[in-house]
Amino acid sequence: METQAFQRVYTKIEQLTKATCTLRAQDVGNEELALVHGRLAQVVKIMGDEVTLQVFSGTEGIPTNAEVVFYGKPPVLNVSDDLAGRFFDAFGRPIDGGPEVQGEEREIGGPSVNPVRREQPSEIITTGIAGIDLNNTLVTGQKIPFFADPDQPYNQVMAMVALRAEADKIILGGMGLTNDDYLFYKQVFENAGAMHRIVSFVNTTENPPVERLLVPDMALTAAEYFAIDKNEKVLVLLTDMTLYADALSIVSNRMDQIPSKDSMPGSLYSDLAKLYEKAVQFEAGGSITIIAVTTLSSGDITHAVPDNTGYITEGQLFLRRDTEIGKVIVDPFRSLSRLKQLVIGKKTRTDHPQVMNAAIRLYADAANARTKLENGFDLTDYDERTLEFAKAYSNNLLAIDVNIDTTEMLNTAWNLFAKNFSKAEVGIKQEFVDQYWVNA
Amino acid sequence: MTNTASPSTGKVTGIIANLAIIKVDGPVAQNEVCYIQHKDTPLMAEVIKIRAGHAYAQVFESTRGLKVGTPVAFQSHLLEATLGPGILSRNYDGLMHDLGTMDGIFLKRGDYTAALDKERLWQFTPLAEPGAQVQTGDWLGEVRENAVPHRIMVPFKLEGSYTLKSIVAAGEYKVEDTVAVLTSEAGREIKVTMSQEWPVKQAVRAYVEKPRPSKLLETGVRTIDTLNPIVEGGTGFIPGPFGSGKTVLQQAISRQADADVVIVAACGERANEVVELFKEFPELEDPWHPGRKLMERTVIIANTSNMPVAAREASVYTAMTIAEYYRSMGLKVLLLADSTSRWAQALREMSNRMEELPGPDAFPMDLSAIISNFYSRAGIVNLRNGHSGSITFIGTVSPAGGNLKEPVTESTRKAARCFYALSQQRADSKRYPAIDPIDSYSKYLEYPELQQYLAEAIAPDWVDKVGRLKNILLRGKEAADQINILGDDGVTVDYHLTFWKSEVVDAVILQQDAFDEIDSRTPLARQKYMADTVLDICELQFQFDSFEGVNPFFKRVINQMKQMNYSEFESEQFRSFEAGLKEILAERKTD
Repeated sequence: METQAFQRVYTKIEQLTKATCTLRAQDVGNEELALVHGRLAQVVKIMGDEVTLQVFSGTEGIPTNAEVVFYGKPPVLNVSDDLAGRFFDAFGRPIDGGPEVQGEEREIGGPSVNPVRREQPSEIITTGIAGIDLNNTLVTGQKIPFFADPDQPYNQVMAMVALRAEADKIILGGMGLTNDDYLFYKQVFENAGAMHRIVSFVNTTENPPVERLLVPDMALTAAEYFAIDKNEKVLVLLTDMTLYADALSIVSNRMDQIPSKDSMPGSLYSDLAKLYEKAVQFEAGGSITIIAVTTLSSGDITHAVPDNTGYITEGQLFLRRDTEIGKVIVDPFRSLSRLKQLVIGKKTRTDHPQVMNAAIRLYADAANARTKLENGFDLTDYDERTLEFAKAYSNNLLAIDVNIDTTEMLNTAWNLFAKNFSKAEVGIKQEFVDQYWVNA
Repeated sequence: MTNTASPSTGKVTGIIANLAIIKVDGPVAQNEVCYIQHKDTPLMAEVIKIRAGHAYAQVFESTRGLKVGTPVAFQSHLLEATLGPGILSRNYDGLMHDLGTMDGIFLKRGDYTAALDKERLWQFTPLAEPGAQVQTGDWLGEVRENAVPHRIMVPFKLEGSYTLKSIVAAGEYKVEDTVAVLTSEAGREIKVTMSQEWPVKQAVRAYVEKPRPSKLLETGVRTIDTLNPIVEGGTGFIPGPFGSGKTVLQQAISRQADADVVIVAACGERANEVVELFKEFPELEDPWHPGRKLMERTVIIANTSNMPVAAREASVYTAMTIAEYYRSMGLKVLLLADSTSRWAQALREMSNRMEELPGPDAFPMDLSAIISNFYSRAGIVNLRNGHSGSITFIGTVSPAGGNLKEPVTESTRKAARCFYALSQQRADSKRYPAIDPIDSYSKYLEYPELQQYLAEAIAPDWVDKVGRLKNILLRGKEAADQINILGDDGVTVDYHLTFWKSEVVDAVILQQDAFDEIDSRTPLARQKYMADTVLDICELQFQFDSFEGVNPFFKRVINQMKQMNYSEFESEQFRSFEAGLKEILAERKTD
C-alpha cells in the first residue's frame, strides 16, 4: 500500500480523541483508508469537508501537524494461490518473514451473495467426534460457534475438527489470540503437514485491539477467493469472536454512540451477521464453512455477544467436563446444529435422526435421575438403568476423544439401548427397531 | 405528494455509516425516496428526517466510497411496492426488486430489477361492464396467476367514485397495457393498467369493514389448531430464544396452512433458511391444492441479516402491502415475518445514528406504536362486492437473552392476539414444537364467533374438550412439582397417574415431528380423533399397587400412540397400533 505521487498530503489535524482524528479534506470517500502519522486509519464520518478517521492503533503521540495521506480506496487484500501457507497481520501484511503476496487486489468486506444464487448445503463434514457427527452434524456452508468458557480446550477441539474435516483450505482468523495459542495453531498445522492448505490472519494480544476488526474480513475475502475463483471447500476458523465484539464496543464508545445491552453497540447483530453470513454453499461446488469461538463469561449465554451470535449462526457447540467419566464431552442438551436435518438420515443411515433423539431423551432422563439422587430420593429400576446408560453413552460417544465413523456411532447407540432398555422405553419408529435392535 | 411539478435535486454534504445528509434545492417530503448518484451507481435512499434545509436519508445500500458533493435526485413519491400479476412464486429483496433477475453471484449496489415481468402476456377476462360506477379496489377484470384468480382492480391510489368508460375485450395483455379507462366525477379520464404502485407504509383501505374474525385457520400443527387456534384474519406471535425452533415452526405453518397466498418475509434472518424455501417450495406439493406446488402460492421477501439494514424495515412493509393487495382480491392470505425483532433493531440503529433520545434498551420511543400499527393492518375485510378476504399475520420475535420482558416482546404482546411462547426447557428436552402449553394463549378461543364455528366444524363440545386438555396439562405440571418436592414414594400413586396422563397429552398432541412426512401435518379430523382418544385414556381409572409400574406402563402407551401418529390416518397400520393400544390399556384398566 504505497502512497502515490499525486496524493494530497494534509498536515492540519483539528481534533484528536483516543481513537479518532478529524481534519478538513476534500474529495474523500466513505470507509477510505488513510495513513495518519504512519499509522493506518479509516474514514468513519464525513460532514462537509470535515473528515473523521479511526486510527486502528490508537492516536497516542499523534501531533496536530501529523502527515495525513488518503489512499483513495478501502482496505484491500491481494489474492492469489500464493496466500496458501502464509501468515499475515490484520492489514494483510506478511508476518512470517516471507515476501508480499502478488495478486489481484480485492476490497475486503465486499457485498453479500444473492440468496437465490446460494445452493442448499448438503455435504456432511465428518469429524469423527460423535458429539458432533451423531448429535450435531456439520454441513458445508454452515456457520457454527463453540460457546466455551475460557478454560475449556476449544482451540484444541477446533484444530482437530479443522484437520479432520477434509477441507481444501483452512483459513484461520485469530483475534486477540495469545502468542501461545498462535504458536499452538502454527505447530499443530505444521505437524499435520497441512501448511500448504492453511492461510492465517492473526492479531495477537500484543497488537492494538481495534486492528482486530479487520481480521475476519481479511480471512473471509481470502475464503471467497478460494471458494468462488477456485471452487474449493474452505473452512474458516474465527477465534475469538467475543474479543472482536469487544473491539466493536470500544470503537462505538469512542464514536459517542448510545450503547445497548451489555455496553455493546446497537448494531452488534448486523455487524456479526455480516461476517457469519459469508458462510455459503455455491452451485459450482465451492463452499465457505465458518467455525468460530465465542468465549462466555462463566457460561452466561444471555450476554449480548453469545445471544446475538446464537440468533445468527446455525447452531452452537458447547463443551463440558463430564465428572462421571472425567472427560470433556460435547454437551448434547445445549449444543445444536441447525443444518443437520439436511444430511442426517439422508447422507447417513436412515435411522440416524431417531437414534440421535432417543439417546438424548434417555440421557435427559438420566439427568433427572441424578437430580433425584442428589435430593436424597430413592431411584427406580428405570432410573438406575438410565444412569448406567448415560455413563456409557458419555464415554463411548460424547467424549471428544472418540474418533469413529457415523455408522459405527449408530451401532454403538443401538448396543447401548439394548443393553439397558426395553424397546418401548427407547420409543423409536417400529421399522428401525425391527431392523437394528440388537438381540442379546 | 402527487403532481409535484419537477422533483427536487440535492447534493450529499455528510455521511455517517448508512445515513446520508443531503442539501436539498427544493421541496422535499418526509419518507420521500431519492437516488444518490454514486459514480455510475444509483443508491436508493429514504428521507427520514428534515432539518435546516438538509434531508437526512437512510441509504438502502453500503455507502462505501461515497463522497460529499455527490448529486441526488428526489423522486416525489414514498417508498412504493409495484403490484400486479406475476408477484406469486417470485423472490424479492426488501425493496421489491426481483432477486431472480439480478446478475452475478453477489448483490451489486444499484442493481434495481423490476418487480414484475413487463413482457409476459396474461390472459385477461373483464369482470365489469362499461358504465359501471366503481371505486378504489373494485374488480375490473381477472387473470389467472398460477391458478390463483388475480383480480385487476381500480388502483388503490384513486379516491372517490368513477365511471368505467371502457374496458378491453378478453385477450392477452402485458402488465403495462391499458386495460380500462375510468372517468372521474370531474370528467377527467384515467387509464388503468394491470399494475399499480402503493406506498408500503400506508395501509390499503379498499374495503367496507373489518369484522371480527370467526373462522379457524388450519395449520396442521396440533398444539396450535387444537389448543390455541389462530383464525383467518388473526394475529399471532412466536417469541423464543434461539434454538427453540421458531423458524422450523414458522416454516411448517408456511407449508401447511390453509391459505390461498402465503407471503414469507425473511427479515434479517439467516440466508440458508431462505435458500431452504427457494429450493424446497418449488418441489413440495400444496396440501390444499393437489397437483400444485407450494411455490405457486408463495412470495418470498428476503432481506437476510447480511443485506443492508435499512431495507429490513422496508421488507416487512413491502410484504404487508403485497398481502393487502391479494386480500383485496377476496383471497385468504397468510403473512409470516421472521423476525420482527430484527426490524426493531434496524429502527434502533437508525434512531441512534440520528442521535434521538432513546427509549428502553436504546429502542426508539415509538416502537410500541409502530408495532401495533403494523399488526393492525392484518384482519379479515368485507369488500364492496360482497366478497371477503383476510390477512392472517404471524410474526416471530427473538427476545434478547430469551428474556420475554424486553421492549419488542412486550410491545408485540399488546398488539397480537395469539401468543405462542417457545420454551427453552421444552426445546432442551427435544419436545418440539416447543410451544409452552400453559403460558401460551389464543384470545380467539374466547370469541363466541369462533366457538360457534368450532362447534359446527369439529364437534359441539370441542371448546369444552380443549379446556379439559389444558386442565390435564396444568394438573400434570402441579403433580410433577409435588413429586419433585416430596419424592416418588412421598406422594400417592394418583399423583403419578395425573402426571403421566399429562405426559400422554404432551407426547401425543403437543409434540409433533416436523420432519416426518405424516406426523408433520395433522388435518383437523385427525386432530379431533387423537384428542378424543387421549381424553378417553385420561378418563380411565387404572389399577397400580405402587408408583413403580406407572412409568413403564405409560411409556408403552405413549410409544404406541406415537406409532399411530407416524402412520397414515386410519390405515391398516394405524388400526393395528390402535388395537395394540387397547390391549395395553386393558392390562391396567379398572371399571
